[in-house]
Amino acid sequence: MTDLLSPVLTRNWGHDRSWTLDSYRSDGGYEGLRKALTMTPEEVVTEVKDAQLRGRGGAGFPTGTKWSFVPQDNPNPKYLVVNGDESEPGTCKDIPLLMASPHTLVEGIIISAYAIHCHTAFVYIRGEVVHPIRRMQRAVEEAYEAGLLGENILGSGYDLDIVVHAGAGAYICGEETALLNSLEGKRGQPRLRPPFPAVAGLYASPTVVNNVESIASVPSILRNGKDWYAGMGTEKSKGFTIYSLSGHVANPGQFEAPLGITMRQLIDLAGGIRSGHELKFFTPGGSSTPILTAEHLDVVMDFESLAAVGTMLGTKAMQIFDETVSVVRTTLRWVEFYKHESCGKCTPCREGTWWLVQLLTKLEAGQGQEGDIEKLLSICDDITGKSFCTLAEGAVACVTSAVKHFRDEFEIGYHTPAWEHLPYEKSALFAVAPQGAAA
Amino acid sequence: MSGHEFETYFEHSGGIDTTDTATAIDETTIAELKQLAGRYPHPPSALLPMLHLVQSVDGRVSPRGVEVCAEILGLTEAQVSGVATFYTMYKRHPAGKHHLGVCTTALCAVMGGDALLQTVEDKLGIKPDETTSDGLFSLERVECNAACDFAPVMMVNWEFMDNMTPDKAIALLDDLAAGKEVHPTRGAALTSWKDNERVLAGFNDGRADEGVSAGEASLRGVEIARERGWTAGAPDERN
Repeated sequence: MTDLLSPVLTRNWGHDRSWTLDSYRSDGGYEGLRKALTMTPEEVVTEVKDAQLRGRGGAGFPTGTKWSFVPQDNPNPKYLVVNGDESEPGTCKDIPLLMASPHTLVEGIIISAYAIHCHTAFVYIRGEVVHPIRRMQRAVEEAYEAGLLGENILGSGYDLDIVVHAGAGAYICGEETALLNSLEGKRGQPRLRPPFPAVAGLYASPTVVNNVESIASVPSILRNGKDWYAGMGTEKSKGFTIYSLSGHVANPGQFEAPLGITMRQLIDLAGGIRSGHELKFFTPGGSSTPILTAEHLDVVMDFESLAAVGTMLGTKAMQIFDETVSVVRTTLRWVEFYKHESCGKCTPCREGTWWLVQLLTKLEAGQGQEGDIEKLLSICDDITGKSFCTLAEGAVACVTSAVKHFRDEFEIGYHTPAWEHLPYEKSALFAVAPQGAAA
Repeated sequence: MSGHEFETYFEHSGGIDTTDTATAIDETTIAELKQLAGRYPHPPSALLPMLHLVQSVDGRVSPRGVEVCAEILGLTEAQVSGVATFYTMYKRHPAGKHHLGVCTTALCAVMGGDALLQTVEDKLGIKPDETTSDGLFSLERVECNAACDFAPVMMVNWEFMDNMTPDKAIALLDDLAAGKEVHPTRGAALTSWKDNERVLAGFNDGRADEGVSAGEASLRGVEIARERGWTAGAPDERN
């Protein structure tokens, strides 16, 4: 029987100077690495595979399996690239990890790189967060000074260099092939797959791209064992993960729990919906995952259960909105986000998001007309499945799910502005002048 | 199309501003740009960091910056410009000493981000993508900045100003204008956007030890677990 919350990655975040090597080591840091270096790389892959760790960046692909796809008979260097481009709306777990405990990631990188026979690893962090980058840069420096990076790590004969790399503002670079293009110094546009990065990734060499949280989970698996890890979670979604709650709850924040907790339990831990209000809708895993409503409060927050109700666990980013919020307004803002972040490569996404914004802008202003909802859905149908990457799917998911659950609100957009139907000032956390007139 | 006229999207098709040729790039900068190129197995990988360094010197992506990056990496200037104009953090016109970002993606917008943006616009008399005439502030409407549990969020020089309110924003702008020392909620004391662009280029400023380890929201779950004695049941559990 496991406890409702299970701090592992977050456990040391409040410790004094938690970002330093001394603090991390005093809490058992780098013991997972010592253990890994007594094993063969193949044994490390097997350990992570058997722990059944699944990717924490959205897709949930088994991490150890991804590692095993790296063709070791390929003569090119093998690369590990850590995806720290955390930009999916609602997602806010990797950035605090980089700020509070960058050594967890450094240790995870060394173990993971060792497992795939890699000698150069990259950490790609979105550029708009200077302090986490500063802390990561310093952690890597400290690791070199302590013989944890560079040549002959801890006397093992294994060599590894880590390069900390800042992005420059592009959500699309969270998509792994776009990230690789960006890391090659190009525009961050996705590549056609196959070939998959494991075969031809960075510099056309075998490359593993993993999310920050996935790699940060590795040291604990090595330290405590696969059985401990796989002993938490549900049948196919093992272990623990960080759930991020934001929005209209009393106490938003990060909650690290075994997979299998429910939304009702998470909201309770966050102190409930803000006083005097009730839940209207939420995203289970960022804005790219179809929204859910109060009827889904008891759904288990794991990969399979959320798929069963037509959505996704995604990045486990729960954005919570109460009854004051106009779903037309949030949908427009999300689609504006996708329009802004569309890389422009695929016409259905580049033009389609642009069209969706125009229609939704009219609906928000109460200037829609009969048939607009059908047109919205028709454009969504023209976008989905017709673009290279999943940015397009995300852009569509927030629209179609909002229409599915709140069609009446979109119909109100045929005659009444959203800010008159649901006055915007009621959703804000502080007193603001009524909006709308200036909108 | 039953009445709606759709417009085509060519809003941001402008390139690098080649009319403003001012530059402060000197031999030291060029040596540092070459140093960045040397950090990667394939030098073109350094282009993003190099453009951050160009901005830290010239306050924007300058024509000279494009030229030297292209020379060092063996790329054409068109290739470098193509990259520079793809990413929103690269500025085509001089940014202010302090670069402000107000998040207006759905969640922050709803929780007060729209009102915050209006407050900042009114206070400074500028719109997003503009710089004040004294060069002190530039403003940007930013997309989700990965701090949703601290909404509404503002960024200054890409440091976090969490749980913002209009009153706090006005005090912040007054303090910065008066040259007072301002600390982000999570981060190092504010100096300038250019200084932080240098960090993003990969030149650590030695200030990792400033600021808190984590904000209150980041510690929410771990605090509850501590109070209730909940653990992950690890064999080596130490607290």
